[in-house]
Amino acid sequence: MKEPALALTDLRKDFGKTSIIRGVSLSVVAGERHAIIGPNGAGKSTLFHLISGRFPPSGGTVALHGHDITGLKPSAINRRGLSRSFQVSNLFPRLSVSENIRCALLWSTGYRYCFWRWADRLSDVSAKVEDVLTRTGLSGRRDVLAGVLSYADQRALEIGIAIAGGADVVLLDEPTAGMSHSETRRTIDLIREVTIGKTLVMVEHDMGVVFDLADRISVLVYGEIIATGTASEIRASKAVQDAYLGTAGTAH
Amino acid sequence: MTSLSIGRHAGQIVWFLAIALALLLPELIPSKTALTKMCLIGITIVFALSYNILLGQTGLLSFGHAVYFGLSGFAAIHLINLIGRHQLPIPVLIVPLFAGLAGAAFGLLFGILSTRRHGTAFAMISLAIAELVAASSLILESFFGGESGVTTDRSVGPTLFGIDLVPQIQVYYLIVGWGVLSAITMYAFTRTPLGRMATAVRDNPERAEFIGYSPQIVRLLSFIVSAFFAGVAGGLAAINYEIMTATNLSTAASGSVLIMTYIGGASFFYGPVIGAIVISLIQLSLSDVTPAWLLYLGLLFVITVLFAPTGIAGLIERHLPPLRARVLHHLIPSYLLSAAAGSVFAVGAIALLEMNYHVTLNAHEGPLLRLFWIQVDTTQPLAWGVAILVTVCGFFLFRRTWPLVGGAWNEIDSRLRKAAP
Ligand SMILES: Nc1ncnc2c1ncn2[C@@H]1O[C@H](COP(=O)(O)OP(=O)(O)OP(=O)(O)O)[C@@H](O)[C@H]1O
Ligand SMILES: [Mg+2]
Repeated sequence: MKEPALALTDLRKDFGKTSIIRGVSLSVVAGERHAIIGPNGAGKSTLFHLISGRFPPSGGTVALHGHDITGLKPSAINRRGLSRSFQVSNLFPRLSVSENIRCALLWSTGYRYCFWRWADRLSDVSAKVEDVLTRTGLSGRRDVLAGVLSYADQRALEIGIAIAGGADVVLLDEPTAGMSHSETRRTIDLIREVTIGKTLVMVEHDMGVVFDLADRISVLVYGEIIATGTASEIRASKAVQDAYLGTAGTAH
Repeated sequence: MTSLSIGRHAGQIVWFLAIALALLLPELIPSKTALTKMCLIGITIVFALSYNILLGQTGLLSFGHAVYFGLSGFAAIHLINLIGRHQLPIPVLIVPLFAGLAGAAFGLLFGILSTRRHGTAFAMISLAIAELVAASSLILESFFGGESGVTTDRSVGPTLFGIDLVPQIQVYYLIVGWGVLSAITMYAFTRTPLGRMATAVRDNPERAEFIGYSPQIVRLLSFIVSAFFAGVAGGLAAINYEIMTATNLSTAASGSVLIMTYIGGASFFYGPVIGAIVISLIQLSLSDVTPAWLLYLGLLFVITVLFAPTGIAGLIERHLPPLRARVLHHLIPSYLLSAAAGSVFAVGAIALLEMNYHVTLNAHEGPLLRLFWIQVDTTQPLAWGVAILVTVCGFFLFRRTWPLVGGAWNEIDSRLRKAAP
């Protein structure tokens, strides 16, 4: 069988005495779009933090393309081809929109700690900046400081930074949270487009979006994955209906 | 369209004029004391610009930047002395480069300790290093020369283009040359990938990690670059004064460059240039006039922090959009009124401060004090009464002009909004 792009084995996280992630095992195939759903406080964001290196796990392992990345720093994990967005926008507020995206591209295009070239005259980077600006619909706001963008534009930039570097595994934490219906549609189209040929794991509350976009879905409840499967399998699952869909699904 | 393109090149034109002015200044003000001051200001500009690589660009508040200026200055003195003993065949002209390299080496050494952290922890470590170096400067006599410092003679070694650095004017042009070169390089640095990432790390070190960068390494590299240019400034100081003492690397010197950079405006590349010029001039002129000059400098710093946190450069930038839109003149009446009332308040407050200083510190000089252009008898209650009255009335008048200024700005901002597409 093909090596999974992302493999979690018995992942655990305790904050003090409380167990937030309680033994999560999950295997995401390369090229798959995988959604993680679950009620508020289930530990979805914490799971992303463990995968991306923001927190070290209390137990278990994370493997990226078969290589163990457990406990590595976020920068090291990112350099191995995993990038992510944040549920609460996490931008460079005093840099302009285009500079935010340019910075997100510098490492992956190989400029690293270079101090002998002009950052805004790197034609390969500039072309990619333009591409991301167009795709995220932020071309008209390129010179606006990220900190003063509207909420929706900040969300778009958040996704732009995550996808700019061309990482082949992308984690998106509630990319459409707080967006209007039309903005959500546009964002989903964007995500679909930029993740062609890549592996996507996303947390999403909007069931319409999840069933539309995801190849497979995992349901995280109280720090445990209670079911993984295709949209129809999840809809049919008794455990999911009991634990989650029956109540939260209609609420959202 | 034309005004737009002028606007785009305005920055370059201003830089060009500033460099031209620096070159012509000795001709315009042909005085020996002025030349001494101009040399000091030139060195200070380079030092303040180097500090802003930390404060403005990388977001690191250092209380110990004079360490790199001072240590490199001492290194430069020893280097020139080696040249003097014919042990090194290099011209003194290029000593600032070696001083810069010494600064960078110390930057690497102490940067490894301090740049793993940012915020308060970084600031505290920088202070600890500064105290450590200041303490060792009193112990290591052979390098620091104890209390009297180390001296040198700059007119040694091989000369380049017939420049022997004997006349002060040659030293001035040496400072201008190295200063312009350093300023251009530091500006260029802000626009390189590393320079951009320094700003990104300042804004959000966490997110920088998730796009592949190690914030510690970005901070360390920035720190080394900053220490390099502080070293260049220290090398220039060594050549200019031919002496270095422990005060050159004291925490007071570090505080001074922090205040200059902040008052000038740390968010703008040219802010520290303005801060270095303004504060140096204040130091140079006020210290002759009043013993309370440090107090006035402190007050200026407090006023900047409270009322103009973006510094002088921030105030300038605030006035540029109305200037371009040709509506700036609407501010003139309210500014004039405010300045008049503010002056009354300032005169009263300064009188009170000076009289206080006089009776508490200079009582042995007798009761008479020269204040502005009049003689004041500090034993007369009337003098105190008048000073208090002027201060209080001045403040109330001044306070009442603030809404006028605010109103004028509202008017201008609404005009600007209407003009915007
Ligand atoms: N740093 C922390 N220290 C202690 N507890 C934490 C920490 N971070 C998260 N938690 C707790 O862990 C639980 C899971 O939080 P998490 O943010 O992962 O949930 P989530 O599934 O993403 O929820 P939401 O849908 O609201 O985003 C919550 O109860 C939260 O209070
Ligand atoms: Mg969450």
